[in-house]
Amino acid sequence: MSTADAPLPPDLRADIAAMAAAEHHARMAAIPALMAVQARLGWVSDAHLADVAGLLGLSPADLDGVATFFNLVFRRPVGRHVILMCDSVSCWIMGRDALCARLCDRLGIRPGQTTADGAVTLLPIVCLGHCDHAPAMLVDRTLHGDLDEAGIDRIANALAADTPEGPPT
Amino acid sequence: MATIHIDGRPCPARPGENLLQACLEAGADLPYFCWHPELGSVGACRQCAVRQYSGPDDRTGRIVMACMTPATDGAILSIDDAEAREFRASVVEWLMTNHPHDCPVCAEGGECHLQDMTVMTGHAVRRYRFTKRTHRNQDLGPFVNHEMNRCIACYRCVRFYRDYAGGEDLAAFATHNDVYFGRHADGALENGFSGNLVEICPTGVFTDKPFSAVYSRKWDLRGAPSVCTHCAVGCNTIVNARQDSTRRVLNRYHDAVNRYFLCDRGRFGHGFTAAPSRLRAPLARIDGRPTPVPVQDALRRFQMMAQDGPVVGIGSSRASLESNFALRALAGPARFSTGMAEPEHGLARLVADLLRASPARNPTLHDMESADAVLILGENVTVTAPRAGLALRQAVRQAAFDIADAARIPRWMDAAVRTLGAEACSPLFVATPGPTDLDPIARATYRAAPDDIARLGFAIAHGIDPTAPDVPDLPEDAARLAADIAATLRAAARPLIVAGTQYGTAALPQAAAAIAAALAAHNSAAALSLILPDCDSMGLALMDGLSLDAVRALARDGGIGTLVVMENDLTRRLDPAALDALLAAVPHLVVIDHTATPLSARADLVLPSASFAECGGTLVSTEGRAQRFLQVLFPDPPLQAGWRWARDLAQAADPGTAPVWQDLDDIVAAIAAEIPSLAPIGRAAPDAAYRLDGARLRSEPPRISGRTAVRANISVRDRPPPAAPDTPLAPTMEGAYGPAIPGALVPYYQAPGWNSVQSLNRFQQEIGGPMRGGDAGVRLLDGARQDETPRPRSAYATAIPAPFVPRAGEILLLPEPRLFGTEELSTLSPPIAARVEAAALRIADDGGATPTIALRLNGQRVVLPVIRDPALPPGIALCPPHMALRAFAAPAWAIVQPHGDDTP
Amino acid sequence: MTERPLTAMIDPAAGPPDCAAYGRAGGWRGARAALRDMTPDAVIDVVTRSTLRGRGGAGFGTGQKWSFVPKEPAATRRKYLIANADEMEPGTFKDRLLMEGNPLQLIEGMIVAGYAIQAGHGVIFLRGEYHVALDRLTRAIADARATGWLGADILGSGFGFDIHVHTSGGRYICGEETALLTALEGKRAQPRSKPPFPQVGGLWGAPSVVNNVETLCNVPHIVANGAEWFRALGLGPDGGTKLYGISGRVRRPGTWELPMGTPLREIIEQHAGGMRDGYALRALLPGGASTAFLDAGQVDVAMEYGAVEKAGSRLGTGQAILLDDRTCPIGMLHNLEHFFAQESCGWCTPCRDGLPWVERLLAAIEDGSGAPEDLDRLADHARLLGPMGRTFCAHAPGAMAPLASGLRLFRADFEAHIHQRGCPLRQAA
Ligand SMILES: Cc1cc2nc3c(=O)[nH]c(=O)nc-3n(C[C@H](O)[C@H](O)[C@H](O)COP(=O)(O)O)c2cc1C
Ligand code: SF4
Ligand code: FES
Repeated sequence: MSTADAPLPPDLRADIAAMAAAEHHARMAAIPALMAVQARLGWVSDAHLADVAGLLGLSPADLDGVATFFNLVFRRPVGRHVILMCDSVSCWIMGRDALCARLCDRLGIRPGQTTADGAVTLLPIVCLGHCDHAPAMLVDRTLHGDLDEAGIDRIANALAADTPEGPPT
Repeated sequence: MATIHIDGRPCPARPGENLLQACLEAGADLPYFCWHPELGSVGACRQCAVRQYSGPDDRTGRIVMACMTPATDGAILSIDDAEAREFRASVVEWLMTNHPHDCPVCAEGGECHLQDMTVMTGHAVRRYRFTKRTHRNQDLGPFVNHEMNRCIACYRCVRFYRDYAGGEDLAAFATHNDVYFGRHADGALENGFSGNLVEICPTGVFTDKPFSAVYSRKWDLRGAPSVCTHCAVGCNTIVNARQDSTRRVLNRYHDAVNRYFLCDRGRFGHGFTAAPSRLRAPLARIDGRPTPVPVQDALRRFQMMAQDGPVVGIGSSRASLESNFALRALAGPARFSTGMAEPEHGLARLVADLLRASPARNPTLHDMESADAVLILGENVTVTAPRAGLALRQAVRQAAFDIADAARIPRWMDAAVRTLGAEACSPLFVATPGPTDLDPIARATYRAAPDDIARLGFAIAHGIDPTAPDVPDLPEDAARLAADIAATLRAAARPLIVAGTQYGTAALPQAAAAIAAALAAHNSAAALSLILPDCDSMGLALMDGLSLDAVRALARDGGIGTLVVMENDLTRRLDPAALDALLAAVPHLVVIDHTATPLSARADLVLPSASFAECGGTLVSTEGRAQRFLQVLFPDPPLQAGWRWARDLAQAADPGTAPVWQDLDDIVAAIAAEIPSLAPIGRAAPDAAYRLDGARLRSEPPRISGRTAVRANISVRDRPPPAAPDTPLAPTMEGAYGPAIPGALVPYYQAPGWNSVQSLNRFQQEIGGPMRGGDAGVRLLDGARQDETPRPRSAYATAIPAPFVPRAGEILLLPEPRLFGTEELSTLSPPIAARVEAAALRIADDGGATPTIALRLNGQRVVLPVIRDPALPPGIALCPPHMALRAFAAPAWAIVQPHGDDTP
Repeated sequence: MTERPLTAMIDPAAGPPDCAAYGRAGGWRGARAALRDMTPDAVIDVVTRSTLRGRGGAGFGTGQKWSFVPKEPAATRRKYLIANADEMEPGTFKDRLLMEGNPLQLIEGMIVAGYAIQAGHGVIFLRGEYHVALDRLTRAIADARATGWLGADILGSGFGFDIHVHTSGGRYICGEETALLTALEGKRAQPRSKPPFPQVGGLWGAPSVVNNVETLCNVPHIVANGAEWFRALGLGPDGGTKLYGISGRVRRPGTWELPMGTPLREIIEQHAGGMRDGYALRALLPGGASTAFLDAGQVDVAMEYGAVEKAGSRLGTGQAILLDDRTCPIGMLHNLEHFFAQESCGWCTPCRDGLPWVERLLAAIEDGSGAPEDLDRLADHARLLGPMGRTFCAHAPGAMAPLASGLRLFRADFEAHIHQRGCPLRQAA
C-alpha cells in the first residue's frame, strides 16, 4: 500500500473534523482541509479526497469538483519541492521565459513535470504579487525575486543537492 | 396579462415570467441552452441574447440575456436586432470550437437541441482553425452513455442531477474550457433519476444506452402515448418502436403529473417486452409439457374446461381496467377477484375510501411540489412511488421561494433563489421504519415500527384537533415530536400528509387521513396523498372483487372448476403452501399473460397477451387518475390484448351470452356503463374516432424511412399498414399532427425548427402549463372538488394500534421494496436487472457480528446477508419483497434461527 | 512631506508592529472613535462623505455599499464583513505590502467596517501563495484577540467581532466578489448573479460586504480624522491616498503611497526612477492586466478614477505595468490573454470558449502563422465580449480591455507579424 492509499493519520483527521466544526457549514473547510492533507502528504490522492469528503459530509464527486477547480490543490503526486514560477505579464516582460527555459534545462523537465528523482516539480503560476521584483518564483514557501541566470542556477544547485535523505547542510 | 413588444409586435406575457419564456410562448424562435423550464434560469450559456430598450424613445437599447430578464409590462425588445443575432451566432460558434463534427454517428442526431440551435442561429461556416480538446469518457453504468467531447458546458446535467434530484455522484470538474461533467470515477450513476440526463442534455453527451443498442433515428421511430406500468404514480410516457420491437421510453409531459421527468425504473423498465420470458403462442399442457397449440385448439380446450364447474377469474393490479373487466365479465362479478391477497386487497379499498371521504385535497404530483410542510407517515416514497419522491424533494424549497418572493426575486432565477435560501428548508418529516433517500433533507426523522408510526400519526391528529382520539402511553420523545409536527402542520399554508400501504398496516393510511382531516377543518389547502403499489391497484379497488383469500375459500369448498388468471403471477401473492393448496383444489388453471411466470409454468392453458406496447388500455393511478395507454406495436396474431382473450374465452364457453366488444372503445363504454365509480374513464383520452383537421393523427414522423426496405429480407412488397381499431393514431406517417394535439395523444414532439424534446414548448399553453390540446386523463376520485370551501370532517378512525412489542426469537419482517429488483416487470428488463443488488436484511444492531441471518417464514427458510443499522427499532427487519422469499409482500413474524444452523 | 496614513507604520526592516506598538504609533484611534462614540450609521455616514471608493478595481463608493446592508444589530442577525485579499490581478502587489507591513491596520479597518454594518463575523480571503502575509495576519489576529480588540464586547461597546483567515485554493476569479463568496462556501468558485447583491444575500444567503484590503485600511483613518481630512488628501475629486505601483523596465519598480490623483508621469519618473537605460516607454496598463492600454503620450494623466477613464482606460488597482519599446506588444497581449483564458471559471460560453480562441490567434500571429483575417476575429471578440453584460461577470470584459486597445495601438506590429511571418523584434535579434 502506497502512502496515497493509506488512511489519513488520525491527528490529521481530527484536525479536519475540528476545522469543519468551526465553520458555519462543514463544507467551508473544504479547501483548508485539502491543503492540510497536502501540507502533510504533498498531494491529495483519490483515497484521501474520499476521506476528507467523508469528514465534511460531502460526496467524493462534490469535493473533487471543488478540488479540481483550484490551482493549488494537487491531485497528482508532486516532488518534495514545488516551484511555482510566475508566468504573468510583469515577469514575462522581465524575461521569465528565458529563465524558465534555463531552469527546465537544469532540472531536465518541462513545466508541469517532476524530476525523475522525485525531488522537484515545476509549475507555472499566475502573478505572485512580487512584480516590483520580477521575475519571481516561489520555492515551497519561500519567495524569490529579481531572478537572473545566476539566481536560477543557485536555486537549481541547492535543489539538486537535496536528496531524499535530507536537505543540504 | 402584460404586453411586451417583440420586434414591434405586441405579445401577451405573464407578469413575472422571463423574456425567454415570453418569447417562446409568443411563438418566436429564440435559442437557448442552459435555461430549462423546470430548472429555471442561471445565465450560463449566453445564447438567449436579445436587445432590450428601456422605452419607446430609447434608440440604443442594450443586449440582455432574455432568460435573466423579467418580462415587465410594456417591455420592448428585439430578437431580430443585428447585434443580438451576431452575438447569438457567435455563441454557437464558440460552442462549436470544441464540439466534434460527429453528428452522423451521434445518437442525438436528428433530435439534438444543439443542431436545432445551430441551424436557428445560422452558424454554418467554421472559422476556428485550431485543435479541439479531447476528454476521456466514463462508463456510467447500464442506463446512460457518456461522450464528453460533445459537451457544451451548459451545466444542465449537474443542475438537474444535484440541485433538482439530490444526486451526489455527478459533478462538474476543472475549469475554463476543460470543464468536465461526470463521476468521480467510472461507475453506475447512483441517482434513481439519472435517465433524465438523456433528455436534459441538449446534445449527445448523455444518451440512452439500451436504446443505442437498438438504435434508430428519431425520424425513423413510431411513437405512441403510454403510461408507465412500473408503479402507481402513472407517469406519462412516449414509447418508441420500430419494426417489431419497443426501442425506448421517453417522458411525456403532463402538467399535473410527471411534468418533465421520469424515474429510471420507468424509463428503462420496458425491456421486459422483448425479454426471453415473453409468451408468443398459446401453450397447452400435453403429456405434462407446455406445448404450443393453435388458437382454435386452445379455445376448444377452454370450452371443455368450462363444463367442469364455475369459472373464477383472478384479475391483476398490473393489468388494464379493460383486461380486468373482461375477465370479470367472463367469470361474473361474484366470481371475480382483484388478484390481491389480504392485507393488500383491503388496503386498496381502504385507500380509495379514505381519499373519497377525506375533507382534505387529493393532490396531484405538481401540487405536492408546492406543499410547504410535509409529513411522510410510514412509506418509503422514493422507492414505492419514485416520481412522487422527486416531487416531495421540491417541496422543501418552498421556504426559499418565500424568501425570494420577499426579496422580489423571481422564482425562476434559480441560482439567486438557491443563494438566498441556502439555509432555508421547508419542514419535511419522515417517519419510517428504515432510512429513506429523503432523510438528508428532512427536518426530523422518526424510526419506529409501523404500529408506532401510526400511533405517532394519531397523536399528531389529536394535537391538531383535540376531538380526535388521544393516544395513550406515548413515549415522551414521540409525544414531543408529535406536538412539534402538529404545530408545524397547523402553521403551514399548504400542509401535505403522505402515507401508503407498503407496510401492510391499515393504521398508517388511517392515521394519515385523521391528520389530514384535522387539518382540513381549518385549512382548505390541506392535502392527503396515499400510495398504492401497482399501476392499476386503484382501478381494481374501484372495480372491486373478491380477495385471493376469498378465492382460496371458494376452492376449498370445491366451488371452482376453472381458474382464469389474468396477468398475475400468484406466486408473488400466495406463499407456496397456500398456492399449492389452491391449485390442488382447482381442476383447471388458465393463465393469460404476456410474460412467462412461475405460475404460467403450472397452467393447463397459457394464452399470450399483449404488453402495454402492443395494445391500448386504461390504468388508474394512485391519485385516482384514469389514463389511457395506446398501442405502438401491431404484432401478428395470436398475440392480443388480455381483454380480447377473456372475450374469446367467454365466447368459446357460451357464445350466446358472451360480450361482443370489437375494439377498445366498446369495452371502455361497457366499463363506464356498468361500474359507476369508473364512469368517466371514456374521457381519459379521445376515442378512435378522434380527428384533427379531419384526419387521424400520425404516429410516425413524415420522414420515416425504409418502410419497405426494412423488411426486404422477408418481402420486397410494400406491406399494407396494420389495422389499428383501438387507437386514434394512424400507425403510419400519413395523418395530421400539430401543436394542438391532445396531451393524451402525443406520439412524439416536433415543431418546425425544433426537433428535440425541447419542442414541447410549442405544445403548451404556457411554458410549464397545461397542454394546448388539453391534459391527459381524468380524475375519478375528486377531480371536481378543487373548491375552496372546507368540507365536513369524516369520522376519525378509532382503532389505534397498541405499541409494537418485539418478540423473543422472532422478528417482524417488513417489506421494503427497492427501486430496482422488487417490481416484477422492470426486473425482467436487462438494464434494470444489471442494477439489482443482492437481497439483504436490515435490522437493528442486535449485538451480533455474523454476516448473515437465517430465517424461517411460512415453511420457507432463507439465509440473508445482514446490515446492522443502529437507527432501526429493535424487533423488526426490513426485507426486499419478492427477492429472497417467494410471496413475501406483507409484514410477517419470522423465526430467527440460531446461527450456525445454516443447513436447511 | 505629504501624509501617508496607510504606510506610515510600515517599516520592512522592523517588521509589523504588535498591538501595543500599533497603539503607541497612533493605531486603534479609529476603532475607539467608532465603537465608543459613534452609531453604526454615523460610521457609514462619515465614510460616505469621505468619498472613499473601492480600491479593488471597480471603484464603488464604500459608504454607499455599506448602506445597503439590512440594519439589524450584529447580535440578532448573522452578517459577514469580508476582506478581499485575493490580489491576483497581474501587475498588482499592494495588498500584500499592507498585510505584511501592518496587519493590524487591516484588522482595525475590519473592526470598524464590521461595526458599521453590524457584522459579527470577519473573514480575510487571502491568496494561498501569500505565506508571509498569512503568518503575520495569524499572529496579529491572535494578538488582537489577546488584547481584547477581537472577540465579544469590544471596548465594552456590546459589539462582538472576530476574524478568521481563509486561504484560497487559488483562482483569479475568486477575487470577483460573488465568486469569492462561492469559494468561501467551499464550492466551485463560480460567480453569482446579482440580485441578490451580497450586501443583502451573500455568504449562505446572509448579508455580506466584500471590501478590498486597501479600502478597509483607509477606514480607521477616515473615522479618526474625519471625512474632510480624507478628501483633502486627494489632489483632485477623489479623496485619500492610493498605493500606486510600477512594474516593467523602470529603474526602481515598486509601490508608493501618494495622493489620489498623482500624475502618472510623476509616479514613473520620480518614484520609479524613469525607464532603464536603453528602454523607452511604449505603452502601459495603468491599473492591472484588465485595464486598457494607454500609450506613452498619455502619461500626464492624473491617476484618479475619472481622469483615467477619460483617457480611455480604468484606474483599476492603480498598479501600472509598463511596456517598453524592446518588448513585443503581441507577445505581451498573448501573455495576458493566456492568463485570462486559463483563469476563466468555465461558467459562461463567450469567456470559456472565446478567450482560448483569442489566445490561440495571438499565439499564431506571434509565431508567424497568423493571417490577416485573424485580426478581424480578434476585433470581433473584443467587440462581442468587451461590453459588460455579454458575459456573466466582468472577467471577460477585463480580458478584452487590453486586447481592444492593443489592436488599436499596435496595429502596425500586428501587421508586421503577419506579413513577416513572425516577430520583427525577435527576427532582428
Ligand atoms: C475577475 C475579477 C477579479 C477580481 N479580483 C479582485 C481581487 O483580487 N481583489 C480585489 O480586491 N478585488 C477584485 N475584484 C473586484 C471585486 O469584485 C470587488 O469589486 C471588490 O473586492 C470590492 O471591494 P472594494 O469595493 O473595496 O473595491 C475582481 C473583480 C473581477 C471581475
Ligand atoms: S465571464 Fe463567465 S466564464 Fe468568465 S469568469 Fe465570468 S462567469 Fe466565468
Ligand atoms: S438560456 Fe439564457 S443564458 Fe442560457
